[in-house]
Amino acid sequence: MLKHLFTGQLQLGFAQAAAAAFLACLVILIARRRKIHLETETAIALVRGLAQIVAVGSILIVLLRGPRWTGGFLLAAMIVAAGATSAKRARGIPGSFKVSTYSIACGAGSVIAIMTWLGVIDTPITALIPVGSMLIANAMNTNGLALNRFRSEVLAHAGEIETALALGADPRQSVYPYVQSSFEASLIPAIDSLRSLGIVWIPGLMAGMLLSGARPVYAAIYQFVVLAMIFAASGLTSLVSTLLIRTHAFTPAEQLALKPGIQK
Amino acid sequence: MFALFRIPVFQLLLHNVQVTAASSPSQRKTILSTEHLTRLVEGRAIVNDISVEVHAAEVLAVVGPSGAGKSSFLRLLNRLDEPTSGTVFVDGSDYRQISPRDLRRRVGMVTQRPFLFPGTVADNLRFGPRQRGELLADSPVESVLSRVGLSGYASREITNLSGGEAQRVSLARALANSPEVLLMDEPTSALDESSKLEVESLIRDVIRDSHLTCVIVTHDFAQAARMAESALVLEVGRAVRNGPIHEVLHA
Repeated sequence: MLKHLFTGQLQLGFAQAAAAAFLACLVILIARRRKIHLETETAIALVRGLAQIVAVGSILIVLLRGPRWTGGFLLAAMIVAAGATSAKRARGIPGSFKVSTYSIACGAGSVIAIMTWLGVIDTPITALIPVGSMLIANAMNTNGLALNRFRSEVLAHAGEIETALALGADPRQSVYPYVQSSFEASLIPAIDSLRSLGIVWIPGLMAGMLLSGARPVYAAIYQFVVLAMIFAASGLTSLVSTLLIRTHAFTPAEQLALKPGIQK
Repeated sequence: MFALFRIPVFQLLLHNVQVTAASSPSQRKTILSTEHLTRLVEGRAIVNDISVEVHAAEVLAVVGPSGAGKSSFLRLLNRLDEPTSGTVFVDGSDYRQISPRDLRRRVGMVTQRPFLFPGTVADNLRFGPRQRGELLADSPVESVLSRVGLSGYASREITNLSGGEAQRVSLARALANSPEVLLMDEPTSALDESSKLEVESLIRDVIRDSHLTCVIVTHDFAQAARMAESALVLEVGRAVRNGPIHEVLHA
């Protein structure tokens, strides 16, 4: 219906956005009748979301015309932002931003680099950015899960860790079982999405490729490629971050710094 | 290789101490001493300017009401926490000059709860020596276990132990490291009434037989009187009395 009313693509876009926003506002109105007040928060989120994505879209226009290295620059910026976001999951562990950023750069960065070199990821910015950002976003989630799990394991096992230290153990040795379990736990989502691929969900990338006219079998295979890359990027990120974070829970004099009641 | 010799050498050393053990503590060599030891947490002194000496084969009880800073004081002695000011001397050297791992091997610790590691009793006893790349052979494992009355327990899984047995394993695990000083933080207070006295008398026997230098934290004055020769009384982080146990407790 909207397609008949609006001929220009941009006008159509805004009309579609207005329709979607209208539904969102309807939810707020219903919630309001049930005395749940989401107005301000949702309104801000809606406007902010639209502004952010339009801004990114505009930047993409500039980048698409710009040289290839701008894609690398954009990915690097995304890695730093991802590092900052997932570092918040390691509240009370000093240096978690550095560890996160470095780990995501190692994990997602190396997979992007190798796969672009092999030609699995296309070099045009229109392909590099969406696939790259997907890898970075998943590496960020995995890293956040790993750090969060590590933090709570250490807090829950302060007694065991200090007992090991008191017996003359290397701090890295004293948290070994918790590094192990944090790594394993952080990979559960990546493993499960590989396992349930096509059965529980048909991911957005494949849907997008089908919409843009790719052959269904190729779209399906490429979706597997993307999930396998996500798994590799996430696994590598989590491996690096859990190895790096272990020593950050300790002071230079090998004392456990992250303890219940002393967290900031 | 060295592990085989560790226990006999240790016992020889103890034998030498035994000769002088009859003398009063202050005439013996100082093994551990603190100098103006202080720890501030959020601006509050939980350990406040404590200077005390512990001599060879002496048992010092640290007593006082809960919240007096007894455990906080003990945790400074093996540097599980960092002093804000002041320091500790272990056998004459400032402990900041000793690597934390070496220090903690020499100054062992037994806590209120045993915190045993998953695995067997022997795995637990081997943990300390393994950190230095030593494999404690079966015979020293058995000999340490017999000292805590758990002969034949080496291959038992720790999940099958009673509370009292677990606490003895934790004592044996500390002893397997051949410490020069043993710190104990309320070692019997998490146990039920019957095993409480049993473990207490066992600890007393182990200390007496091996002439260990000990610092034991307890809130129980009667237990302090049964176990220690001297006492340090803490109140809100400060040392209010220090000296031979009977003088201190009857003051």
